[in-house]
Parts: sequence; C-alpha cells; structure tokens
Amino acid sequence: MKIGIVSFQGDVAEHAEILKLLDVQPIKVKYPYELEVLNGLIIPGGESTTVGFLLKESGMDKAIQKRAHEGMPIWGTCMGAILMAKKFIDNPIEQPTLGIMNIKVKRNAYGTQRESFEEEFPIPILKCNSFPGVFIRAPWFEPDGTSVEVLAEYQGKPVLVKEGYMLASSFHPEIAGESFLHKYFLDMVRSSKYPGVRGLSN
Amino acid sequence: MAKEGTVLVKRGLAQMLKGGVIMDVTTPEQAKIAEDAGAVSVMALERVPADIRKEGGVARMADPSIIQKIMEVVTIPVMAKCRIGHFVEAQILESLGIDFIDESEVLTPADEHFHVNKHLFKIPFVCGCRDLGEALRRIGEGAAMIRTKGEAGTGNVVEAVRHIRAVQDGIKKLTVLPEEEWMTEAKNLGAPYELVKQVAQEKRLPVVNFAAGGIATPADAALMMQLGCDGVFVGSGIFKSSDPAKRAKAIVQAVAYYDNPKKLAEISKGLGDSMPGLDVRKLPEEELLAVRGW
Repeated sequence: MKIGIVSFQGDVAEHAEILKLLDVQPIKVKYPYELEVLNGLIIPGGESTTVGFLLKESGMDKAIQKRAHEGMPIWGTCMGAILMAKKFIDNPIEQPTLGIMNIKVKRNAYGTQRESFEEEFPIPILKCNSFPGVFIRAPWFEPDGTSVEVLAEYQGKPVLVKEGYMLASSFHPEIAGESFLHKYFLDMVRSSKYPGVRGLSN
Repeated sequence: MAKEGTVLVKRGLAQMLKGGVIMDVTTPEQAKIAEDAGAVSVMALERVPADIRKEGGVARMADPSIIQKIMEVVTIPVMAKCRIGHFVEAQILESLGIDFIDESEVLTPADEHFHVNKHLFKIPFVCGCRDLGEALRRIGEGAAMIRTKGEAGTGNVVEAVRHIRAVQDGIKKLTVLPEEEWMTEAKNLGAPYELVKQVAQEKRLPVVNFAAGGIATPADAALMMQLGCDGVFVGSGIFKSSDPAKRAKAIVQAVAYYDNPKKLAEISKGLGDSMPGLDVRKLPEEELLAVRGW
C-alpha cells in the first residue's frame, strides 16, 4: 500500500513515523505527478494559509481535487481538515483551500496557543474510550449535508468526521504518537475501490 | 480535565511550524503581507534587527498595542520577543495571548546570568543558540523550540551557517560516543545529562530547530534547510528589501522546494534588491548580538 503525505510544510515526519510503525512506506509528495502511484493521501498538521498558497501555486490543488473526485481516500489532520472543508465559519480572511468535503470548519475554535490542550476523549468507532486528544490551535467542524458522519465529538462539537472515503480530524494523533486512527484510515484505504486498475499491489 | 500548556502541546505548535517561514513585522500591514505570502507565523516587533543595530540604545519588548493590532489582522500564530531573563516582559506577552515568545538576544539582555524559567509559562518559548550545549541548556529551561542565533540584522548568513553546523556536529559526535562518555560530554557541553542522553539515543534534538540571523535570499533559506534546519526566521531580510511581498513569497517557496535547484532558480528571478548586508568580521565586538546569553 502506498500512502502519500502532502509535504510542503507541517508535521509530515510525525505522520511518516506512525505509518512506518504500521509497516507502510510513507511517500512525501509535493508535485502533482507523485499522486499517481498513491492508494491514499494524508494532509498533515501545519498552517492552512501557507499550504493553501503552495497547493495553489503548484497546481497540486486541482490534482488533489481530481483524485478526491475519483474516490482516493484522503485524511486531513487539523490543517489538512481545514483545507478539505468546503466552507468556513467566521473566517476573517480569504484563503485558498481544496474544498473537497461537505463540512464547515471553525478555525482556531478554542482560542490561541494559550488555550491549546490535551485531553482524552472517546472515539466509539475505534472502540476507544480514552483516545489521547492533542488540540493545537484546533478547529472544530459542522457537517454540511447528510452525507457526513460524525465519528467523535469533544464537548459537543464534532472533531472527527467522515464523508465517503474522506476523513477529517481536528486533533493530532501523530503528535500523541497514537496509531489507532492511522490503522482506521489504512482500513478505509483497503476497503476502497480506488484506484481500481492498480489495486493494492506493491 | 483538559491540560493546557503541557510539553506536548508547546512542542507540538513548533512541530506545526516545520517547513515554514516566520517573518519579522512591525505593522499590521506588514503582518498581512506576510500572511498572504504564506508565512507560518509572524514576529511582532517595534523595530526590525537592522534598525535596532543602526539606532542603538536599549531594545525592549514591543508596545503591547502594536502586538495586539497585529494579532487582530492575522489568523496565523503571532510571536513576540522578550529580553533575555526578563520574565515580567514574558508574563505580559503571555497575558496578551500571543502564541510563542522569543527570548531573544536581538533585544538588550535584562539579566546577564539567568535566562527565563520557561517551564512556568503556558505558552511556548523559542530561544537562540550557537552550539549544542547552548541549545540543550535552553531546552532544559523549558524552551519548546530552538533557533540558531546567526547574526541578526546583517543580511549575512555566515553566522547562522556556523551555528547550525556546530549544533549538527555536536549531535553527530554524541551519537558515536560510548555510553560511559555521556556524562563527561554533558560536563563539556554544559548541558543537562538527561538531554545529552536523549540526543545520543535519538540522534536529534528533542525540539524543532529553525535557522535565524542573516537570512536574506531564497537561496539562503534553502541553504539552511539543506543543512538540516526545520524552517527559517527572516528578520530584516524581507521588509528591508526593495519588494517585500515578492521576496516573502519567494522565501516561502524556497523553503518548500529547498531541494530542487531548478525551482529555486525560478523562484530567485527578478526579486529586486536584497537588504544591504554587513561583513560580520568588520563589526566591533560590542555590536555582536549572538554573544548575548550563554
């Protein structure tokens, strides 16, 4: 299985470490052609304005949108989730995004870094009662349509949502060093029909 | 209970900044230009280092109203500088709700013996270093991020190169030392034994390490990345150049494509004049900033 990590900026290495622990070779991607060999894609944590600019400038935005449309499994953590959302809630600025998931996202929803926090919370779909949540200038989401499933909430706000083969989390399992959610994403990739002809041979 | 200000959360924000450019800004307009150009964070200042150098006098924490105005116009993390050892300036900055404090040698030190006890704060600190020992001393005091000191306000990358090489050499040396030599090396480095042991075992610093001090061009930024830095601070290099918006974008792209010379060539075209530089060897001893702190 080949899992790419969008590698312009952010906590790329942390995701790569967890994938390696799960015996998956991570592939760092910055150029559109590199998407061709992938079975799934992770968009890591980082700054959404920075990576949004670099995605647009490089044409990676259109290339990822095309793959998303074809059903490539994509998971965004924090920044990645912000870029995947189609709408913002009260965003004070205009910023380039991917806009591939029917969710609304509230950036910096808990405040500045001073209000960033860690706390364990349940993720029922992982059969986990105490997932180590690390929330760093984190967003939360609102589903925008019935195709979005809320997989976990924290204090009544969705923080893990899924639509088809797209997954968005507002917290950072890669910073916590917890691999459960990565395993869940890899299962999503295995169960998807994408990329059809190439299958999962490697 | 939600735990705020933990080591994981503080170091975590620095991890989110990796592969990015942090830009010095003195006005909300500059902060906006920096955000639009793709900066991962801005450093709110009253004067950029080149002006501090030129004007002299005691350089202090910026006026809180300037910092707040900058916080109002951008959505990216905002950093600000306090003087070395000035823990009250740090308390004031924390109360403003900024995202990161730089305990910086660019400002005039308030204490020539002791740095701020950074464990006491909920928001993370970044500190400058010239070698591995200095990096580990600052981490021991609670720094969540390290940067090279370089020589700020010179537009000359030579000192930043010297410092990152010194840090890397220190790490390389530790990784080949037999375990019985770690304590002596801790003594030689003037660094906490537990951190020396951790670096020897993990073969890297326990926190993110950026380059700072003299970066003026996309090529400078890419050089620091190829030398193993996690990202760069650009101080005077952007807003002292002839076309700041264009240069800011170019440096952001250079850090993203640091390993692609063809792309770097494209990025480096037609940027106008860089900031005028200074030969660090011709600076009198009392004007050097990197020697502040220990």
